[in-house]
Amino acid sequence: MDALARRRLLMLAPLGVAAAGSAVFWELLVRMRAGTYDPHLLKSMLIGRPLPSFALPGQAPSAGFATADVTAGKLPALVNFFASWCVPCVEESGTLMSLQKQGVTIWGIAYKDTVDAAAGFLMRYGDPYHRVARDADGRTAINFGLYGVPETYVVDRQGIVRLRYAGGITQAAAEATILPLLRRLA
Amino acid sequence: MRRLSRAAGAALALASLLALAAPARALDSPSEMLPNPAQERRAEEIGMQLRCVVCQNESIEQSDATLARQFRGIIRRRVVAGWSDRRIIAWMVRRYGTFILLRPPFDPMTWLLWGAPAIALAVGGAAVMLARRRGVAPPDPLSAAEQRKLADLLK
Amino acid sequence: MIPELGHFALAVAIAAAQAVLPIIGARAGDARLMAAAPALALGQLIAMVTSFGCLIWSSVVNDFSVRDVAMNSSSAEPLFYRITGVWGNHDGSILLWCLVLAICGGAVALFGRNLPSALRARVIGVLGIVSAGFLLFTLTASNPFLRMWPPPIQGAAINPLLQDPGLAIHPPILYTGYVGFSIPFAFAVAALLEGRVDPMWGRWVRPWTLAAWCFLTCGIALGSWWAYYELGWGGYWFWDPVENASLLPWLTGTALLHCAIVVEKRDTLKTWTVLLAIATFSLSLCGTFMVRSGILNSVHSFAVDPTQGIFILTLLAITIGGSLALFAWRAPALGATGVFAPLSREGAIVLNNVLLCSLCAVVFTGTAYPLLAAVFHEQLSVGAPYFHLTVVPLLVPLFAAMSVGPVLAWKRADLLPALLRLWWAAAIAALVWIGVQLGTRDAFAAAGFGAAAWLILGAFAELIERIRLFRIPLAGSWARLSAQPLRVWGAAIAHAGMGVTVAGIAGMSLALSTIVAMHPGQTIGFGGYQWTLLAVRDAPGPNYTAHIADLRIARAGQTVAVVHPSLKTFTQQHQTVTDTSIQTDLWRDLYIAVGGEQNGATVLRLHVNPLAAFVWLGALVMAFGGLLSLIDRRLRVGAPARRGARRRALGVPA
Repeated sequence: MDALARRRLLMLAPLGVAAAGSAVFWELLVRMRAGTYDPHLLKSMLIGRPLPSFALPGQAPSAGFATADVTAGKLPALVNFFASWCVPCVEESGTLMSLQKQGVTIWGIAYKDTVDAAAGFLMRYGDPYHRVARDADGRTAINFGLYGVPETYVVDRQGIVRLRYAGGITQAAAEATILPLLRRLA
Repeated sequence: MRRLSRAAGAALALASLLALAAPARALDSPSEMLPNPAQERRAEEIGMQLRCVVCQNESIEQSDATLARQFRGIIRRRVVAGWSDRRIIAWMVRRYGTFILLRPPFDPMTWLLWGAPAIALAVGGAAVMLARRRGVAPPDPLSAAEQRKLADLLK
Repeated sequence: MIPELGHFALAVAIAAAQAVLPIIGARAGDARLMAAAPALALGQLIAMVTSFGCLIWSSVVNDFSVRDVAMNSSSAEPLFYRITGVWGNHDGSILLWCLVLAICGGAVALFGRNLPSALRARVIGVLGIVSAGFLLFTLTASNPFLRMWPPPIQGAAINPLLQDPGLAIHPPILYTGYVGFSIPFAFAVAALLEGRVDPMWGRWVRPWTLAAWCFLTCGIALGSWWAYYELGWGGYWFWDPVENASLLPWLTGTALLHCAIVVEKRDTLKTWTVLLAIATFSLSLCGTFMVRSGILNSVHSFAVDPTQGIFILTLLAITIGGSLALFAWRAPALGATGVFAPLSREGAIVLNNVLLCSLCAVVFTGTAYPLLAAVFHEQLSVGAPYFHLTVVPLLVPLFAAMSVGPVLAWKRADLLPALLRLWWAAAIAALVWIGVQLGTRDAFAAAGFGAAAWLILGAFAELIERIRLFRIPLAGSWARLSAQPLRVWGAAIAHAGMGVTVAGIAGMSLALSTIVAMHPGQTIGFGGYQWTLLAVRDAPGPNYTAHIADLRIARAGQTVAVVHPSLKTFTQQHQTVTDTSIQTDLWRDLYIAVGGEQNGATVLRLHVNPLAAFVWLGALVMAFGGLLSLIDRRLRVGAPARRGARRRALGVPA
């Protein structure tokens, strides 16, 4: 290759770098629009792993439960962390009630809440839970890798976590994501 | 006494999208600090390497979020219990992933990242070498007429 | 909304005309079309000033039918923040970006009267293209003049963290820096269109580059200072993606600055200069994109609208891709006529370029790597520790060369004599290094102070060389000193400014801090000072309630200061913000932030920050050095001749 041709190729390098960069940006923007990319969402470390082992006391009006209880049913289920002081949990309660009516088993854990406040929350907004437990100091939640409330974990029949949904589940999200997954796992 | 490492700093604490109630700009309290200064410093160093998962642009040491406070407590308890730095960090990573490491790990996925200074210098140096003109091209030899003209001028 | 749309369409139309006509004119050699360029640029400027003025007016009169005002302002805010808050949100700041672009076009129109008309036409044309793109984006995707009906009774109010004087100055100065580099960019593209770069081009580009660089330096320093006093943690740089995005154009802009000298003086490094000019503005645009698109995890991110992001990316692809394609096509033809040995001042500037561009590449890689990982469905984050480990090794050769480069000769230099000329700077720097190491046992601080001494002392080596200090009689040196052109002073002062900043960073690494819970009347000893909490009280403000702690700080019995840090709770936004108190005597900052209450005691964070002020003073000194270079008349070819000279010139018969 003669000197001029080599120079020409060298001059193309910056354009090449810019093109590669914009390809990366483009791909991410497209995914953002489709909802599959959100820089603030954390990937859960539990996906594909069994539920962490825990045994939590009950939250009125229910008795508590442990990991074994969730897996004993041999059914796909949801484990939902909520709190009375959490605004998106209020918004999510309607969706959870409707999921429960459709036969989904939901295990609830009241996160860093007082017994009375959580009980009041359930009375006011409905109790979609098969059983409700209390994680008063939040240590069990940390073992789940929780970083906010509400969070919902979809567990399959063997007790392996398949999905973490961070944030309040909207009706649309339930229909688009949660229900299809539960059907696949059934 | 706490010693700020040169990396000390904080970004804004915006409300987390998951309503984990971040107390409004309350500082953590002196009661959180370990009585043993060497242990406290160690705990701080570990905390400075871990990203707060709520206010995602601060380290655990700097963040005001309640979860960050809980993490600080977890770290300090384990420092007192004699856990090594690596073990404590591994414990956190097992639950939250490598995302929380402010210092990215060194594995095949990050070779490009850690190699960036060396690669950049190499590419820059190579570009300079390649682009260097091989000097100015020598002019064409003079034709016979031009040589005669040159001889005339020089007389 | 129709009237506003019409107004905007007018601005876009003018920009479009500005984009197209002069370039056609330059190509065709049509003098009339080329002469239209300044008029069009000024027209766009007037339109944008009017438009921005209208937005400010809407905010001042609390017109909540304008959606942007309703979402970001409130009648309870003081007037100052109703005005300055206009650029504290996404739409308003994009409009500010467009305004500064228009100002750049207008500046070239007004101050570039002595440019050859073809070059000026092309430069203004390119600026018009960029403006047209941004105006189109603003009009369609980010219109601050959209209405909402019915208008709410009260606006949502500004983010309390932004209710601060820093907001008034940081964005405008920073944007002037970012957008200011569009002018060198336009010059580079114009040169590529024209097909040649000659030394005169270098002379014309340099002042614009210097001006933009000064603003960007100040803008970055202001941002860092604002974060320091506003956020309550005593830190000043967090390697947050948006901060990095502002550093990237600064790094290549500094390289560009040095290249422009060489192009002008030695008629070489033309390709480098053109490429750096394109790269710097491209990085400014990239920074805008990353902040506004939401793909990055950063606290500064404004909008989280991917559609807007796609629009901006397209804009970027056209501007950056187009200019780089033009570069690839035309640059090989830009003849480099000057030849120089690798060891020479030109060679040192090439080394400088490589190091600065490597730094830029490293910071960019660290910032963008999480994005690359995300494409492959991995999640990782890159924080401060990475940058410290990768940037510092590159700074070592850069700082070493910074003092040596200016004393090398052009074209071909001998290294040993040059190094020997700096022996005194090296010796003093070594002494400082050893002294600090022995005194503090901190390797980083010792190295930092040593480097600072080397930079500050070495900065004046060129000047000393020029006046032949101690080699000719002192009177002769003095005479030479007063005859030195301003740009030599400018270069020395700018390099010394970098040293001052490094000293500040080294000092801050020795900062001390503690958290205490105090009752009124209690005194605590810390960092060599006695801190007494006098009282704790509440006081109302215009749109907040302040919880104030009065503190007295004393040293050896003498009162040094009485400060009043506070916690401000903003009623409307339900947010609490800490208002730190900083007492500085330039050699150290005493920094206090108030926390909450604990068992009846007030929690306070106390800091003693050595040399904190030097971090930002150094940046100001750098910018001052740039300013001195800028006003050096000898460099301003085509500077308007002094009035007397012009009259005399006119009087000479043809």
